[in-house]
Amino acid sequence: MNWLTNLVRPKFQQLVRTRDVPDNLWTKCPACGHMIFHKELDKNARLCSHCGHHMRLPVERRLAMLFDNGEFERIELPKVPLDPLKFRDEKRYTDRLKDAQSKTGEKDAIIVAHGRMGGINTVVAAFNFAFMGGSMGPAVGEGLVAAAELAVLQEAPLIVIPASGGARMQEGILSLMQMPRTTIAVDKVKEKGLPYFVLLTDPTTGGVSASFAMLGDVTLAEPGAVIGFAGARVIETTIRETLPEGFQRAEYLLDHGMVDMVVPRHEVRDTLIRLIDLLMNPRQSAIVLPLPAPGRPDGAPEVPPPPGPGVQPPPPAEAAGPEPTSGG
Amino acid sequence: MQFLEFEKPIAELEGKIEELRHLHDGNGVKVRDGDEAAGEIDLADDIARLREKVQKQLKATYAKLTPWQKTQVARHPLRPHGLDVIHGLVEDFTPLAGDRAFAEDRAIVGGLGRFNGRTVMVMAHEKGRDTDTRLTHNFGMAKPEGYRKAIRLMRLAERFGVPVITLVDTAGAYPGVEAEERGQAEAIARAIETCLDIRVPLVTAVIGEGGSGGAIALAAANRVLMFEHAIYSVISPEGCAGILWRSGEAAQQAAEALRLTAQDLLKLGVIDAVVPEPLGGAHRTPDEAIANLGLAIEENLKPLLDREAGVLRAERRDKFLAMGRVAA
Ligand SMILES: [Zn+2]
Repeated sequence: MNWLTNLVRPKFQQLVRTRDVPDNLWTKCPACGHMIFHKELDKNARLCSHCGHHMRLPVERRLAMLFDNGEFERIELPKVPLDPLKFRDEKRYTDRLKDAQSKTGEKDAIIVAHGRMGGINTVVAAFNFAFMGGSMGPAVGEGLVAAAELAVLQEAPLIVIPASGGARMQEGILSLMQMPRTTIAVDKVKEKGLPYFVLLTDPTTGGVSASFAMLGDVTLAEPGAVIGFAGARVIETTIRETLPEGFQRAEYLLDHGMVDMVVPRHEVRDTLIRLIDLLMNPRQSAIVLPLPAPGRPDGAPEVPPPPGPGVQPPPPAEAAGPEPTSGG
Repeated sequence: MQFLEFEKPIAELEGKIEELRHLHDGNGVKVRDGDEAAGEIDLADDIARLREKVQKQLKATYAKLTPWQKTQVARHPLRPHGLDVIHGLVEDFTPLAGDRAFAEDRAIVGGLGRFNGRTVMVMAHEKGRDTDTRLTHNFGMAKPEGYRKAIRLMRLAERFGVPVITLVDTAGAYPGVEAEERGQAEAIARAIETCLDIRVPLVTAVIGEGGSGGAIALAAANRVLMFEHAIYSVISPEGCAGILWRSGEAAQQAAEALRLTAQDLLKLGVIDAVVPEPLGGAHRTPDEAIANLGLAIEENLKPLLDREAGVLRAERRDKFLAMGRVAA
């Protein structure tokens, strides 16, 4: 029955996906080895309660954490030709694509959404690492072009959140062409005098890092995120160089002048809102605050962010600016 | 002559010709066309017949090279390199060095000169020819300073309204610790951005290997040409095989799946023209190959010279934005 399948199926898939969890009630922190109960991990936006290690965050959750009240509207991804290369390795690309689609319930590895952040209309394009490693092919490129065009149309800032191993091999040269295409896209936003922010999350490598991801007006990175062009293994094996401590981690990039700041997950939203406000409202702050803290669903108690070196949460008043908050 | 694996039958024929010539010369008789002195006709005829056979064999082999064979040809050690092309086509070539920030990277050579009488800025990957020059040029694998030099030279060309010609021949950007430290990803991203931004004509020719991000950094051009047996890909066939087939031995299959030949890329709309190579590949008669390339560059550059600066830029960007889209 059609109406039933259409209506119930997504919910059912959701159910199936959550049912996977019991096999895996405890998650071992890859950084400190601490065992964390999955509910606790989810409540804490997938930060290790023991050492503060940032584990990968599902993309929907990330969007909910960014927007006011966790509310946002997604836009349909533009259509792209299916499997233009007729690529097959040990498996057909079309099959891999279908698998990824049924596993994630998404069409491709990017979500484009818009909504309010601090009351200011904002466009966000976020990569879905669960979809073929967040790899960038024409669909992702088109998503970024659409996001940029939407930002220009709405005169909104653009935030892009990569989480990607790089270009999608199965779409060959057309994936490589997304490097110039996405560069043009984000330049459109900049040309309109709108700010373009990048939040680098784990991992951001290859063709994704070497295009739009490194062209932000302001670039944030999550603690510990792997960010770089060449894979560490490639460097080790082909060049036989020993890799320095913390190589290609967010903090390493900060020290080498490649990002503006390393921001713990729970401070990302406030930091972005403050930056948007500073750049979009140079004469007077227009942030609409206070807002309920998003991303901590089910009335879960707030877990304080783990103390990180050199990172201090801003006092609440700072985000609002010196001016009294107003409706616009 | 250095022969490739699949050129074995040709190598054998050439070997026989050498032998006969030796025999001929050993008799104290010089081989001359149309020499009808007694006792020489047989040998001369034999040689002529064998030469014809070689030509036929070459024609047959090179008319249907597999993508993997093309990969070998594109990497042939005697293939004309960036500097060969520059010296063959550009008069008064005046090399310019350095990124003004860190170092001179000789993996990318560049400078001013005259192409068919007009001033141009020409840049090329140079792989080097022997151990010494290979080390000098780092096998044509550029570091951030190489891309930053390219950016500087493109901006210089723009200031004087001088067209830019880039010649691509690289296995890829250098995967090393210092390259990452100094922002390989950012340097490539900015180079792509600059290619797409400059208000002077930009013509690119992929002359050998177009290796991923390291190639597109110089190749987001108004017109992209490719030698008949050059390759251009998002990843090397070996790299792709290692990841998708989990075996480097599947490189042959990966080369086919990736559609990395000039003929395939023309069909996909990623390049604008294929430049014919002399019979048996550019490495057999480099001068002829370089002359062909000169004609093709002239043909593609000339119509761009009268274009208004803003139009040149807009057309370049529109071309890349339209790439790989669903036909409207
Ligand atoms: Zn931990």
